[in-house]
Amino acid sequence: MDFQLTDDQRALRAGMRELLERRYPRTRLRAVVDGDAERGAELDRALWRELGTAGLFALRVPESAGGVGLGLPEAVLAFEEAGRALLPGPLVATELAAGLSGLWAAGGAVPGSLEARLSGVAAGAVQGETVVTALDEEGARTPVEHLTSADAVLALGPSAVELIPAAEVARAAEPMRSVDPATPLHRTESNRTRQDQAGPGRSGIAARLRREAVLLTAAQQLGSASRTVELAVDHAKRRTQFGRPIGAFQAVQHLCAQMLVRAESSRSVVYAAAVTEDPGDIAAAKLLADEAAVHNARDCLQVHGGMGFTWEADVHLHLKRAWVRAGQWQCAAAAEEELAAGLVSTVERCL
Amino acid sequence: MDLAFTDDEEDFRHRLRAWLADALPTLPDRPHPADWPGRRAYDCGWQRMLHDAGYAGLHWPKDAGGQGATPTQHLIFLEETERAGAPYVGAGFVGLLHAGPTIAAEGTPEQRARWLPPILRGDEVWCQGFSEPDAGSDLASLRTRAVRDGDTYVVSGSKIWTSHAEIADWCELLVRTAPVNADAPKHRGITWLAMPMDAPGVTVRPLRTLAGTAEFAEVFLDQVRVPVTHRVGEENDGWRVTMVTLSFERGTAFVGEVVACRRVLEALARTAKANGRWDDAVLRRRLGRLAAECAALWRLTQWNVSEAQRTGGVPGVGGSVFKLRFSQVRQELYEAAAEVLGPDALDAGQEWVADRLSSLSYTIAAGTSQIQRNIVAERILGLPKGR
Ligand SMILES: Cc1cc2nc3c(=O)[nH]c(=O)nc-3n(C[C@H](O)[C@H](O)[C@H](O)COP(=O)(O)OP(=O)(O)OC[C@H]3O[C@@H](n4cnc5c(N)ncnc54)[C@H](O)[C@@H]3O)c2cc1C
Repeated sequence: MDFQLTDDQRALRAGMRELLERRYPRTRLRAVVDGDAERGAELDRALWRELGTAGLFALRVPESAGGVGLGLPEAVLAFEEAGRALLPGPLVATELAAGLSGLWAAGGAVPGSLEARLSGVAAGAVQGETVVTALDEEGARTPVEHLTSADAVLALGPSAVELIPAAEVARAAEPMRSVDPATPLHRTESNRTRQDQAGPGRSGIAARLRREAVLLTAAQQLGSASRTVELAVDHAKRRTQFGRPIGAFQAVQHLCAQMLVRAESSRSVVYAAAVTEDPGDIAAAKLLADEAAVHNARDCLQVHGGMGFTWEADVHLHLKRAWVRAGQWQCAAAAEEELAAGLVSTVERCL
Repeated sequence: MDLAFTDDEEDFRHRLRAWLADALPTLPDRPHPADWPGRRAYDCGWQRMLHDAGYAGLHWPKDAGGQGATPTQHLIFLEETERAGAPYVGAGFVGLLHAGPTIAAEGTPEQRARWLPPILRGDEVWCQGFSEPDAGSDLASLRTRAVRDGDTYVVSGSKIWTSHAEIADWCELLVRTAPVNADAPKHRGITWLAMPMDAPGVTVRPLRTLAGTAEFAEVFLDQVRVPVTHRVGEENDGWRVTMVTLSFERGTAFVGEVVACRRVLEALARTAKANGRWDDAVLRRRLGRLAAECAALWRLTQWNVSEAQRTGGVPGVGGSVFKLRFSQVRQELYEAAAEVLGPDALDAGQEWVADRLSSLSYTIAAGTSQIQRNIVAERILGLPKGR
C-alpha cells in the first residue's frame, strides 16, 4: 500500500495548476463575474478548446482512441485543480461524453441509438470542440448548467443514457437567475422518463457515468475547499487589528484549523474513492467534499470580515459554486441514504 | 496512489489472521474493569503471547528488539487484531507506544538492554507522569522538582491523571531540574526520568472517573530517590525527548478504534432496523453521514501511514488533523447510538454505555482539541504565534 501521489501524479497536478494560472487567471474569472450579466456567463469557446488541447477531457480516453489513457485518480487531480481555480463550464459532462468515445472504440455495450450521435459528439468533446452539459434525471430535479452554450446534453436517467442536441432541451427550458454568476442555470420541464437503453441498474453505463460524475464533482469541491483555506490563512497573516495580525488570535486560528481538517479529511476519501471506485466511497467523498467546500467558504468569508461580504472578494464565488455543485449529482440526502443502506447490507449481531 | 497491498503485505496479513484464529480462543475470560491485578495479568499475558509469536514491538526497530515492520504492516496488524476482537494494548500502552520508543531513540545501550526487553515480553508495565495539577495543556510549566544529590535525583511534587498508575512498575517522569528564569525558559529546565513505582516516597491515590471506574490516579512524590543512570537524554533536555515521544503517540495510537467505530456503526444500524428506529429518516441519514466520517478516518489513517512510510517512519503533521476529527466523530457516534437505543441509553449496565462515557475523554486526553487546533494553526498553517 502506498497511498500517496506518484511523481507522475504530482507532475500532472502541478501542470494543471500552472496551465490554469496561465489560461484562467483571476482576472479572467473576474471578467466573467464583473462583466455584463447576459454575455459574461457565456462559455469561452477558445478557452474550452485550449483545455481540450491540453488534454483535460482526454485524460481517461484510451490511447487507442486518441486519448491520454490515464485513470480516474488522474482525472480527480485535474478536476481538483479546476475547482481550485473556479474554472466555469460543464466540465464533468464534457469529460464523461469524451469518455464515451473510448467505451465505444473498445466495443463496449453502447446502445445503438446512442452510437449514431456519439461519434461526433464524443470526438468533439475529447478535443474541446464540443461543449456537453448534463441532465441528471435521478432524484431531485437538478437545473442544467451552461445550457445555451452547450452543443449537446448528456441525459442520465435511472439506467438510460442519452445524448440530446442542446437546442432541443433548451426549447422546453426556462432560464433561472443563477446564484453563481459564472454558472448559468436552466430549469427543465419535469423529467421525461426514458426507456431503458443502456442496460440494467447499478451495473449499467448510466450508473457508472453517474458515479464518475459524483466523484469528479467532489474533486472540484475539494479543490475549492483547499483554496479557501489558503485564502483565509493568507488574509489572516496580512490583516492587522489590535496591533497584531488577526491570525494571532486564537478564535481565528481555530476557524482556520477546522477548515484544514475539513479539507484534508475530504481529500483522503476523495482520493481513495478514485482508487477503489466503490459506490460507498464515492458517496462518502461527495458528502464530505460538499461539506468541506460549503463550510470552508463560509468560514473563509468570516475570516475576511466586512471584506468577505463584498462582491470584490472571491470568497462568495467559492461559496456560490460550492452550493451549485452540492446540488448537482448525488446531493447530501441521497449520499446519506446510500451510505446508510451500506451499513445494513451485511448481517451480524446487533448491539 | 495505490491502496492495494503488496504480496508481502498480504502474506503478512494471512499469517497474522491464521495465528489470531488459533490464539484468541486460548485467552482467559476478560477480567472485570475494576479488577486491576486481573487486568494487568490479562494484558501482560496477551503481550507475552504476541512476543512468543514474533509480533511484539512490531514497529520498533530491530536493534531495539522489535520486528522492524513497515508502517503498513503495523497498520495491518492493528486492523486485523481489532477485527478479530483481540485485546486492546491496555496496560502496555505507555511502554509500547511511548516510553519504549523514547528509550529506543534516546537511551544508552545499557538503558535499552534494561528496559526494552521486559516491555516487549509483557513483564513490566509503564505509566506516564507528565501532567500535574497546575500543568496540563501547559505541560512545560510543571513544578515537580528533582535535586541532584551525588548520583541520585531527589524528586518531590505530584502528578495527576496518571493512567494505569496502580499497576505500573515504571513511570516516565518529567521533572524540573533547572528553575525558570530569563536564562532558562520553562521548557529548557525539564528532564526525563525512569522512576520505579515501588520506590519509597511514591504514593498512588486512584481518581474516580465519570464512568465510575478508576482509570487514572494522582501520584504523590515525597523525596523519591531516582538514580542518575535512570535519566534518558541529557539533564534539562527532557522537553526535546518528550516531543520525540508525543509525535509517536499521535501517529497510529487510534487505528484500532477507527476500525471499532465502523463495527459499532454497523451494529447500531442493525439494532435500528430491529427496533424500528431505522424508519426515522433523520436518524438514518445521520448514521449514513457517520459512515462517511468513518471512511474518511480510515483513509486519513492510510494516508498518514503511507506518508510515514515514505519519510522513514516519522509521523507527519497529519496526526493532529486526524486526532481532531476522530475525537469528534467518536463522540458523535455515541450520541447517535443513544438515539437509536432510546431508554437503554440510560442503563449503565449496557457495555456500550461505558464506551459512550469513555468517548468523552477523547477531546481532552493526549492534548485537548483546542491545543491540537493551536498546533494545526501555528505549525501546519504557519499562522503567527497566538494569544
Ligand atoms: C482519560 C485521560 C487519561 C489521561 N492520562 C494521562 C497520563 O497517563 N499521563 C499524563 O501525564 N496525563 C494524562 N492525562 C492528562 C491530559 O493530557 C490532560 O488532561 C490534558 O493535556 C489537559 O490538561 P488539563 O486537564 O490540565 O486541562 P487544562 O490544560 O486546564 O485545560 C482546561 C481547558 O482549557 C483549555 N485550554 C487550556 N489551554 C489552552 C490554550 N492555550 N488555548 C485554548 N484552550 C486552552 C483546554 O482545551 C481545556 O478545554 C489524561 C487525561 C485523560 C482525560
